[in-house]
Amino acid sequence: MNGLATVVNDSSVIAKRNILKITRIPDLLVGTLISPIMFILLFGYVFGGAIGTPGGGSAADYREFLVPGIFAQTVIFGATVTGAGIADDMQKGIIERFRSLPMTQSAVLVGRTASDVILNVIVIVIMSLTGLVIGWRIRTSFLDALVGFALLLLFAYAVSWVMGLLGLLIRTPEAFNNLTFLTIFPLTFITNAFVPLETFPGPLKVVAQWNPVSTLVQAARERFGNVPPGTELGSWSLQNAELYTLLWILLVLAVFVPLATRQYKRAAAR
Amino acid sequence: MAERTGDHAVLARGLVKRYGEVTAVAGVDLEVPTGTVLALLGPNGAGKTTTVRMLTTLLVPDEGTVEVAGVDVVADPRAARERIGLSGQYAAVDENLTGFENLDMVGRLYHLGRRRSRERAWELLEQFRLTDAAKRVAKTYSGGMRRRLDLAGALVAQPPVLFLDEPTTGLDPRSRNDMWDLLTGMVADGTTLLLTTQYLEEAERLADDIVVIDHGRIIARGTADELKTDVGGQRVEVVVATDAEVDVAAGVLREVAVGELQVERRARRLTAPVTAGTRVLVDVLRRLEEVGTVPLDAGLRRPTLDDVFLTLTGKPAEEVAGEDDQPASEEASQKASRKASTREEGVRS
Repeated sequence: MNGLATVVNDSSVIAKRNILKITRIPDLLVGTLISPIMFILLFGYVFGGAIGTPGGGSAADYREFLVPGIFAQTVIFGATVTGAGIADDMQKGIIERFRSLPMTQSAVLVGRTASDVILNVIVIVIMSLTGLVIGWRIRTSFLDALVGFALLLLFAYAVSWVMGLLGLLIRTPEAFNNLTFLTIFPLTFITNAFVPLETFPGPLKVVAQWNPVSTLVQAARERFGNVPPGTELGSWSLQNAELYTLLWILLVLAVFVPLATRQYKRAAAR
Repeated sequence: MAERTGDHAVLARGLVKRYGEVTAVAGVDLEVPTGTVLALLGPNGAGKTTTVRMLTTLLVPDEGTVEVAGVDVVADPRAARERIGLSGQYAAVDENLTGFENLDMVGRLYHLGRRRSRERAWELLEQFRLTDAAKRVAKTYSGGMRRRLDLAGALVAQPPVLFLDEPTTGLDPRSRNDMWDLLTGMVADGTTLLLTTQYLEEAERLADDIVVIDHGRIIARGTADELKTDVGGQRVEVVVATDAEVDVAAGVLREVAVGELQVERRARRLTAPVTAGTRVLVDVLRRLEEVGTVPLDAGLRRPTLDDVFLTLTGKPAEEVAGEDDQPASEEASQKASRKASTREEGVRS
């Protein structure tokens, strides 16, 4: 087998293994879904009335505004599965077994991140159905919507590689989960995902404007046609949300794919 | 001594691995003739696992060379991985996959192809008596079953050289016996095996050669019989009633001991390595009676791993690390060279 065929074979074997795991432990999928569904209900029906949309819209308008934000948060949390899984494999000695096989070294990470995209696709389908039930609608074309979903998945894919690196560094799933909880919550809350940016105080507002999660949410809302009228786009990043988000995705991949791959070789060799 | 790799499945020279200040492996030479079994015997933290990991491409040595099945492990790890099977200290099976899926996955990663991987998985499941459990997730397996599955994983590609790191640690006696039978069968079929163990019994049961390692250094090597003779084939152990009698008994035992006499004053227990077994015990009891001492307890026992260390090093193990790969006492180093010559003959024949 030549080089590329080997990478594809090995990565797909690893991806298949991880997908089997999703079917064996339904808790994994349920766990990924419970909190976003809670968030939709909590923000959509409990806090939503008090928050409102930039244009002073109704509670129903707020729910439409909210759903793409929840999508973003959900796929980012979905991406943490990568790191938790790798930490778990490190701890159980499975990485050691893989390392003793004549397989492509990068396949464990390539296969793992790929299978987590599939997990995220399942999650996003279920979340979209939930969104439709509470009144979220796609008001653009089918193609636009596809681009919107693709952008969410691509962003999560990039985050997967960051999480993969963290998983290799931390090595215990429990510690990993604590850390991601503490980092992903601020990352997804200091954004326009749940509240309009106008409501943030000065410096925090700047942080939120340039937070790539905000621009991801903005880009997704644009593609789904969910941007409330009167939304303030006070920064270059928000005015060019899609481009800015793509640049972030590329930057993260360019930095973290090599870093994680290197760490894989090292971490397993300790 | 033959040095060509054709005769050796494993050939390691001057292996060193340091972690900061700590030297985990301090100059280890190993040779495993093709088709034989070598046991690396030593306590926890002796450097056994580190050595195995260097031999199996998982760790790059700071110094030294390793050839496995004729392949330079450091220069071409991938080619080496195609020729080895490794089963680590903790059974590295995916508990969310079935037994079959675990082995099928390993086959695919050895690039056996879809069909051959499946066939091989079933063959191994049968060989390791896991056919009934093949479709159950490994989470439901007992410790012994997991170990067997893990070992099967190491054999998927029918590697000529097999490395097992403490294959029976944590197994109950029955599973341990099962594992030994399996390994014996594999070796009979021509596999070269290098295993690490903490148990003298395991080394004795499986290995052609035993290398005793401590503090990252080899402190003895030879066959089980050679080692046991060297540590004193058996021990006479005597417990006396009073402190005064300890000195009297020590005098008697020193005359029959073939190595250093061990005296535990608080327990009033004396242990002497001996070669002639029961005859010596009778002799000791007779002499003790002559000097008017009747021991509370007296008996013969087999040497333990502790005895091996005590006898071979002649002093606490920590001090050995400072010396150059040679046993500490004059007597022990003579034994070592005698053993070395025995080995040479063994290899030639």
